[in-house]
Amino acid sequence: MATGSDGDGQRPRWLSGVIPYKEMGYWKPDYEPRDSDILVAFRLTPQPQVDPEEAGAAVAGESSTATWTVVWTDRLTAHDNYQAKCYKVVPVPDTDPPQYIAYIAYALDLFEEGSIANLTSSIIGNVFGFKALKALRLEDMRIPREYLKTFQGPAHGIVVEREMLNKYGRPLLGATNKPKLGMSPRNYGRVVYEALRGGLDFVKDDENTNSQNFNRWRDRYLYCMEAVHRAEERTGEIKGHYLNVTAGSMEEMYERAEFAKELGSVIVMIDLTVGFTAMQSMAKWARANGMILHLHRAGHSTYTRQKNHGVNFRVLAKWCRMIGVDHIHAGTVVGKLEGDPNSIKGYYDTLREDIVPADPVKGIYFDQDWGHMPGVMPAASGGIHAGQMHQLLGYLGEDVILQFGGGTIGHPTGVSAGATANRVAVEAMIKARNEGRDYLKEGRDILKEAAKRSPELQSALDVWGDVTFEFESTDVPDVVETPTPIS
Amino acid sequence: MHITQGTFSYLDELNDEEISAQIQYGIDNGWAVAIEFTDEPHPRNVYWEMWGMPMFDIEHSAEGLKEVNRCRSAFPDSYVRVSLYNAALTKQTTALQFMVHRPQDEPGFRLRRQEGPNRQIRYTLEPYATDKPRGERYGRS
Repeated sequence: MATGSDGDGQRPRWLSGVIPYKEMGYWKPDYEPRDSDILVAFRLTPQPQVDPEEAGAAVAGESSTATWTVVWTDRLTAHDNYQAKCYKVVPVPDTDPPQYIAYIAYALDLFEEGSIANLTSSIIGNVFGFKALKALRLEDMRIPREYLKTFQGPAHGIVVEREMLNKYGRPLLGATNKPKLGMSPRNYGRVVYEALRGGLDFVKDDENTNSQNFNRWRDRYLYCMEAVHRAEERTGEIKGHYLNVTAGSMEEMYERAEFAKELGSVIVMIDLTVGFTAMQSMAKWARANGMILHLHRAGHSTYTRQKNHGVNFRVLAKWCRMIGVDHIHAGTVVGKLEGDPNSIKGYYDTLREDIVPADPVKGIYFDQDWGHMPGVMPAASGGIHAGQMHQLLGYLGEDVILQFGGGTIGHPTGVSAGATANRVAVEAMIKARNEGRDYLKEGRDILKEAAKRSPELQSALDVWGDVTFEFESTDVPDVVETPTPIS
Repeated sequence: MHITQGTFSYLDELNDEEISAQIQYGIDNGWAVAIEFTDEPHPRNVYWEMWGMPMFDIEHSAEGLKEVNRCRSAFPDSYVRVSLYNAALTKQTTALQFMVHRPQDEPGFRLRRQEGPNRQIRYTLEPYATDKPRGERYGRS
């Protein structure tokens, strides 16, 4: 058995027993990644005394072919091909306990076509509980075009959605219906009607608005679609309400989605909690049935928020674009929920752009070429209001849905007035931007001018003009990525 | 009623200078300028009549405004809109669209409800104006 060439020469590679992952072929500092490889950046926090290169090799091993001990059956395969290769480990400056970014390349053969379940089972399935690591975080992935082409991508994408809605050149406006729990379907539909006729494009069920005893799904859909059509009649515009079809089984989700379609809705919604495979199924359904698919990222913060452990949201955003949703919540910068401005810019780029270059400031580790896969419309939701319109446009751009829940429904003169305030604010800001004004700097003045012709906007500015949420983010990019590999 | 299709429909009607500024924004971005009109304002009426070809090689907003004005005087009882079109790869779609003229009176829409079993309703939206034939829908012409 004392043969084989993968080891360091000190110990026969195929001798039964336990040897370091580094010596099993999972550490290849001279490896040149191929264009077709999936590349992954992991943030490692090794246990004290664990060599970071060995930790990187272990992650590569356990997320590909390795197990804890030598197995002779590897020799029945072209194992070099199937082994993931950790090719670079870089220390993160100023970290205690020390953190490292490990770069790992995976051959395309390791992954089943068109399956996020398979991709994630491979990359994050087995390694996050590894005892040799204190913590592990999936920071970024480069998905080769060859693999992207096996995924559907967004059911429609930003361009088709805008053409479907006949709305161009400005952020879309939405609101999450409040209170999300307790209202009867009939009362719930009233809020939908008022918000849409006042000027919003969309109203939204919340993540846990499913089918409770006070608001069963079928009745909710009937009243909401009455509201949508009435608002279309009042405005001459296309309107929508994201009917949440999240349920306990695929069969129930399809049943609800079919009913939403029959009632003439342009959009349905699912929660991240339904799981990746259910999301892929609904994306296929949405493509086949001409319905926009909204995704609420319910639960993501359980694994995206902590900087040292879990999965960065930019990776989840990437998976969701591949899965094929049309909308996803991706942060507000200025609202009440977690979000560092540069990181959020990175998420938005990942969702919307065709070529996304590596950029340590935005926390993006790899160049990503989307191969013209359509973009996903990000939704910004949580503690935003009309008085922030210049900042929202500045940070988030125009291909975004700004969701003002409290900022519509909490308006002092009513839901419809709240909606009008938001619409006037967004149109005034777009007009000023297009006219070449420095809208970020003059934002408040632009809003004040617009409010002279809009009492609705004036009241909104009076109530919320000064409300801000300024807390430090728990997750910011390292910014300076040192290129010096440890030796 | 006041139909709110198009960006800026919640602001005061744009004056000539403001229309020019928006057209210039499109020109500066390398977008084509298209003018369309209709007397059928259903929100799903996609194909408004084209006022000539889209202006792909327009250099100054004054050319665009001139065509807007010619269209408005030819069809005073129609809706007129300006579309800025971005032909760039991965876009190839309208980048901005706004109304620059509307008929004096807008009678709005009728919502028809076809009542089905289980309280299910099929909805149809019909502009009142389209009860009349083309050309007689908004009064004057």
